[in-house]
Amino acid sequence: MTGPVSVFDKPTDYIGKSIPRSDAARLLRGQGRYVDDMQLPRMVHAVFLRSPYAHARINSIDVSQAAEAQGVLAVYTGKDIAKHVEPYVGVLSHLPGLRSPAQYPLAVDVARWQGEPVAVVICTTRALGEDAIEIIEVDYEQLPAITDTLDALSPESPLIHDEYDSNLAWKREVEAGNLDQALAQEDVIVVEKQIKFGRHTGVTLETRATVCDYIPGDNELIMYYAGQAPHMLQFILAKHLDMLEENVRVVAHDVGGSFGIKVHTYGDEIATAIIARLLKRPVKFTADRLESFVTDIHARDHFVDAKIGVRKDGSIVGMGFNDFTGIGPFSMYPRTSAIECNQILNLTGAPYRFEHYHAVGNVVFQNKTLMCQYRAVGHPIAMAISDCMIEEAARAIGMDPVQIRRKNLIPDDAYPTKSATGMRFDDLSHHACLDKLLKIMDYDALLVDQKDCLSNGIYRGIGFVSLVEVTNPSPMFYGIGGAPIASQDGATVRLDAAGALHISSSITEQGQGTNAILQQIAADVFGVSIERVKVTTGDTATVPYGGGTWASRGAGIGGEAMLLASHALKEQVLDTAAVILQAKPEQLDISFGEIIIKESGEKKISLGDLAKIVYYRGNELPHDLKPELIATRHYRVTDFPFVFTNGAMAAHVEVDTNTGIIKILHFWAVEDCGRVINPQLVDDQIRGGVVQGIGGALYEECVYDAEGQMQNASMADYLVPMAGEMPEITVAHIETYTKTSILGAKGAGEAGTGGAPAAIMNAVNNALAPLDCGMWQMPMTPERVLRTLGKIN
Amino acid sequence: MTKTVQITVNVNGEKYIEDVPLRMNLADFLRTKIGLTGTHVGCEHGVCGACTLFLNGITARSCLALAVQADGAEITTIEGYELEKNATDLIKNFHNRNALQCGYCTPGMLASSIEYIEQGNPADRVKVKEYLSGNYCRCTGYQAIVDAICTTIEERQG
Repeated sequence: MTGPVSVFDKPTDYIGKSIPRSDAARLLRGQGRYVDDMQLPRMVHAVFLRSPYAHARINSIDVSQAAEAQGVLAVYTGKDIAKHVEPYVGVLSHLPGLRSPAQYPLAVDVARWQGEPVAVVICTTRALGEDAIEIIEVDYEQLPAITDTLDALSPESPLIHDEYDSNLAWKREVEAGNLDQALAQEDVIVVEKQIKFGRHTGVTLETRATVCDYIPGDNELIMYYAGQAPHMLQFILAKHLDMLEENVRVVAHDVGGSFGIKVHTYGDEIATAIIARLLKRPVKFTADRLESFVTDIHARDHFVDAKIGVRKDGSIVGMGFNDFTGIGPFSMYPRTSAIECNQILNLTGAPYRFEHYHAVGNVVFQNKTLMCQYRAVGHPIAMAISDCMIEEAARAIGMDPVQIRRKNLIPDDAYPTKSATGMRFDDLSHHACLDKLLKIMDYDALLVDQKDCLSNGIYRGIGFVSLVEVTNPSPMFYGIGGAPIASQDGATVRLDAAGALHISSSITEQGQGTNAILQQIAADVFGVSIERVKVTTGDTATVPYGGGTWASRGAGIGGEAMLLASHALKEQVLDTAAVILQAKPEQLDISFGEIIIKESGEKKISLGDLAKIVYYRGNELPHDLKPELIATRHYRVTDFPFVFTNGAMAAHVEVDTNTGIIKILHFWAVEDCGRVINPQLVDDQIRGGVVQGIGGALYEECVYDAEGQMQNASMADYLVPMAGEMPEITVAHIETYTKTSILGAKGAGEAGTGGAPAAIMNAVNNALAPLDCGMWQMPMTPERVLRTLGKIN
Repeated sequence: MTKTVQITVNVNGEKYIEDVPLRMNLADFLRTKIGLTGTHVGCEHGVCGACTLFLNGITARSCLALAVQADGAEITTIEGYELEKNATDLIKNFHNRNALQCGYCTPGMLASSIEYIEQGNPADRVKVKEYLSGNYCRCTGYQAIVDAICTTIEERQG
């Protein structure tokens, strides 16, 4: 990438500084604009009746009583809604063989998971609507629920979709070298383990919500949306509701957490849009927490048979695994439910050099809530398979976990390079990150402490992970497979008549600080005070076209577009200023809102005065000068399928062998996300991510019974990480700029979630090693710890 | 089910006289009846803490209280913390330390933080975390929130 690298050499220096987010001031005073805060004139509420069974035929639905109930305007069944929508299919052409049947917003003949909507009441209040759904009579015929992923693949298993010969949705095999032959060599020590990863879910504090409005005169549908990808949803609504894309507007204001949960197509939200159009009035749907647990996408749910072979000197010969993952009855539209498994096949072992690899992924239908992309898609599984197996192998040969990493991590001077399976890496720093990690955690002191504690019967452990994270995805991620998901993002920068910048971008804000870093980049590159930058994101009617915020792409892709647009506008402004000042553009610069002489710093004219000449007194300009005080640029990654980042993390834990409780004493993370635009925002992304990883490792699990009933579908029963149990998290950085952009930023949002579970499992197994046992199932609950210790059966 | 009762409440120093359905909870009353949407509802089970506010001077879960129970009460919500609770410094420290991301837990986090500080508790990280253990935040990992509270206490102690 070549371009204006001089953008970083300027006085208005905001990039790289921990500047507080401007929009937080509003949120701290109760002035957020979340979807559920909206009340529009004539607005009514959609309340969904959901299947109580995991698998049931719907023989009939009698809505006659509900239709007469107080406040009810309309009642629709799945069949009624189906007449107004083209069904959707969650497959992508670059995942060959992936199959999933057409899906409707509400179940039509068969309900296939507990929580699938079967009917919807439209009512003047939510409360009256909840009364009305109680008196809808559905005649269900219960069908066998297929819940266990392995059983679902047995030839005797009942089928979830009659049109398929089995419950397998997709299978992929990746092979490099010859693993079986390599592991059979005499000098190779082979370790095998079965690792289970529980199903968990996002539990965004703001539940999914939408307000849909329809303006008949304009034939315009407006969806106010708590989500991450407005342009994707615009396309989907237009396509499936048979509208023109320009007549669909999707608006995301403040979003109360997302983490991938809110980047998918949900039937209840699509139905709300359909109904707003039918009734020609605004309709609100806000999921309550009980609905969220059984309808928000779930994640993980993997059973992995893994093996690794090492030589006595610690060198990795090869690794392999067979992964079985349950995705619910459909592959989620439009991103599909095969991406997590695909990531695991691609990423396992990615930080290390080895020759032989054999991985098989099996994606399986089952009667549970749909599974799809959630923060760090596939990463926690991939990192745990490789790093927990590596540490287990290290124990088998009596080697320190740090030493085995030093032996096998790809050297920092080896880039660009490829993995055995063809993954392309550049600008990574595994060794530098590990070195920094050991320094900030004081590994040697922890080892002494561990020994002292053990002599007092206290079991403490230290565990590591070296990780990669997929960020800044190119069109190779979704677009190539036919998904309406933009890989490029756009940015517009406009100078107003008062000398302020108005910027807009197609990336979106869900609390990460997207708007803040866009302001920092624009203010820095263009040369105004950051207080004079107003930012707009989230509205398809006003922002440039682009993908939104997911897969850790906001800063790297949207940020680069903003850099390019800001630089372009600066050049345009300087060209105009040069004419006004009778100077050469290259002699001028912009600093804190003033056009200055570059050499001397002398102020010549303010941006406000320049803009006023252009906007109000164009008569003062030569006729052939046609100034443009607005610039738009787009950016996509072209050099790689995606830009890998890397990091190293460590957990220090204490396992209480009497109660089975695991306490995390401290956590350290060293991350190389390239150029850090706002250190405080990045550090808190890492911390929040680590805590989500801790949730998956220790607490969170969607527990199902054999009938497919989720047993803990409320916040009183589903454990999330709360403050009392959370450790202090120390974050540090190595900054290896990506060469794919001028900004040099890679993503940082998912590393913590991707890496923490492996580090914690390693720390627990390090603690339990003197007792000759180990934990191989997440979440590592006290009960499971006590079982492993043989203290309960 | 739609029987209504008239209640009088004082919210952030302003008096409201409203008819409310018997079953309407206090959070819904504030959000839908008088348009104070700064109070958020996360679980309606009293678990997540997002709806926490001050009811007659003490923190309460507004999802677990009925609006009719608040008849005659003094209520302070996030919209009133600067003026009614002198929390300008706490809010500034939340802002500077990035002690919020999506902002959905923030009304409840501020309520618990204000109460912890009002009670004269120390800038002790373990104690702060214990006090916040009824407030769920999915974004921050809590560390920044603890930092902001401890900084405020230390600043007030001079």
